[in-house]
Amino acid sequence: MRRMSGFNIVSLTFGLAFLYLPMLILVIYSFNASKLVTVWAGFSTRWYGELLRNEAFLDAALVTLKVGVISSTLATVLGTMAAFLLVRLGRFSGRTLFSGMIYAPLVMPDVITGLALLLLFIGIDMDRGVTTIVLAHTTFAMCYVSVVVSSRLSSFDTSLEEAALDLGCTPWSAFRLVTLPIIAPAVISGWLLAFTLSLDDLVIASFTAGPSSTTLPMKIFSAVRLGVSPEINALSTLMIGVVAFGVVIFSILSKRNTALKLQEERDAVDGRT
Amino acid sequence: MPQTVFAPWENPDEKPLIQFRNVTKKFGDFTAIANLDLDIYAQEFFALLGPSGCGKTTLMRMLAGFEMPTSGKILLGGEDIAAVPPNKRPVNMMFQSYALFPHLSVWDNVAFGLKREGRDKSEIETRVSDMIRLTRLEKFARRKPHQLSGGQRQRVALARSLAKAPKLLLLDEPLGALDRKLREETQFELMDIQEKTGTTFVIVTHDQEEAMTVASRVAVMDEGRLVQVSTPDRIYENPNSVYVADFIGDVNIIEGSANQTGDKVLVNWAEGHSPLVATTAAVLQKDQTCYLAIRPEKIAITAEQPDAANVVQGEILDIGYLGNISTYHVKLPSGHVIKAQSANTRRIARRSFTWEDKVWLSWSDTAAILLER
Ligand SMILES: Nc1ncnc2c1ncn2[C@@H]1O[C@H](COP(=O)(O)OP(=O)(O)OP(=O)(O)O)[C@@H](O)[C@H]1O
Ligand SMILES: [Mg+2]
Repeated sequence: MRRMSGFNIVSLTFGLAFLYLPMLILVIYSFNASKLVTVWAGFSTRWYGELLRNEAFLDAALVTLKVGVISSTLATVLGTMAAFLLVRLGRFSGRTLFSGMIYAPLVMPDVITGLALLLLFIGIDMDRGVTTIVLAHTTFAMCYVSVVVSSRLSSFDTSLEEAALDLGCTPWSAFRLVTLPIIAPAVISGWLLAFTLSLDDLVIASFTAGPSSTTLPMKIFSAVRLGVSPEINALSTLMIGVVAFGVVIFSILSKRNTALKLQEERDAVDGRT
Repeated sequence: MPQTVFAPWENPDEKPLIQFRNVTKKFGDFTAIANLDLDIYAQEFFALLGPSGCGKTTLMRMLAGFEMPTSGKILLGGEDIAAVPPNKRPVNMMFQSYALFPHLSVWDNVAFGLKREGRDKSEIETRVSDMIRLTRLEKFARRKPHQLSGGQRQRVALARSLAKAPKLLLLDEPLGALDRKLREETQFELMDIQEKTGTTFVIVTHDQEEAMTVASRVAVMDEGRLVQVSTPDRIYENPNSVYVADFIGDVNIIEGSANQTGDKVLVNWAEGHSPLVATTAAVLQKDQTCYLAIRPEKIAITAEQPDAANVVQGEILDIGYLGNISTYHVKLPSGHVIKAQSANTRRIARRSFTWEDKVWLSWSDTAAILLER
């Protein structure tokens, strides 16, 4: 490892401070005993207790979790299927269009996605609620999943599937017994990514939510407009925790994924010599 | 009691197990297999030989069902198998790249095909442990493929393909990564399995000695075509072209022009040298270009001028000592370099020839094979 120069240390410190100081302050103040957000009055976990007794927040948390789990699961299934189609079918007419269409929502502004979905739901006269948020989140999260999964699939050696077929598997059982276990880390990290994205989303949820389905970010946003409370700080701290957990697992999995890939490549080379 | 020789290809009533009928396989506009006709009979040990990229793997993949012929038909037991998916074919293939399942242990890799058949547990266990013993993998049964050496992986792939004892077994370079001793043992194991189970084997190999040892028939391929299909001894003794002669074993090729009288042909091969004599059943035109193929071991090397149909003199250029035999590279005044082999029946210290010795090379008129192309 190269030694760090003074300049490097300074810029690293500033960079990290810039990124994480606001969050750090938020976390610290969530343990503030005082009701006044800006006045430190000693350490307390009081607001976490309050939070647990706040029905509205708990409801929102439940909605968020429900939306997160269902939409990321759906997105994982759909995204994996799309990735398969893109990687495996080779050149079919309209492939470029199809892949473009899959990746476009990645760069589409949330406001547009949200608005478009809202119009759709109004158009087909669908009552807005948890279902619509789930659908909306599935729509944008599946793009992310398909990106993650297809990058794994493109390096997947199809002769493994052929070997499975050769040994008597049906195409479906070859997928279940060979392909899926091997690409599982990518699928799981796709799911985690989808889940964190869903947890994070304010804009699209606001467009597609109904009166009885408020997600946590929406709840926080509306609460903050009335003034920041220590309770919100506590809640945000918990969310940071959950998201950080997801991100850490995601990066561990993708790291393992790359390590596996390297290993496989090495094996492949060995195998042929 | 006369022993019946296994030669179903000579019996016109015998039905082939596999029939390729005008099979062509194209990848884009590249032709990998060109209009190929081939019959393989049940219980054969059929070897495919040919340079890299000549289409051996492609041929096997069509049999296994991973590639469809662009045109033509493949029949298995008389039935067209175009519509049968790979998992329904009574065919197992050992992949050139092994294609071991990285997430499964050696044991589970070998058991994979048996489990799909839904056989009962104890039967699977006996079968798998038999296969593992056969391929000497007992110590590694619990390991994952990435914890094995190249040769060990190759043995796992072999064990996995043998486990289901299919009607037809396709082995794509099954023994390339094994050391010589293990390779020879495995060759005999394969022949043993073949004898016991009556499985038909199609095997790809780059090692012509291996093909000679194990195969009932050998096919020599070149650029998607079959050049010659015959028994190992006939391929070796009666190659049909310079390509085959050169591909199988060591050979001296001398180009010349023919002058036929009866079954004897005089080949004019160099200015100022008397013509070489060979026998042939073919009919050649006068002065037609032809090639003499002479195996090094059929050429005698002597210090005195011998009395033989073909005699040439030269000077030893190089000696290759291979233990049991020595190969002498002898340069003729015409510029040709001829390889001659002699068995080392005596210890090396008393070897009779050395570099730059003048020696006589001789061979009989039946030793040389006359080839037209
Ligand atoms: N999927 C494919 N697409 C395009 N070309 C292919 C494909 N598969 C094989 N080929 C080409 O077909 C030819 C025959 O390939 P094949 O794998 O059958 O060779 P091989 O005889 O098995 O060679 P080796 O001894 O090196 O394994 C090669 O020139 C190869 O490049
Ligand atoms: Mg090959």
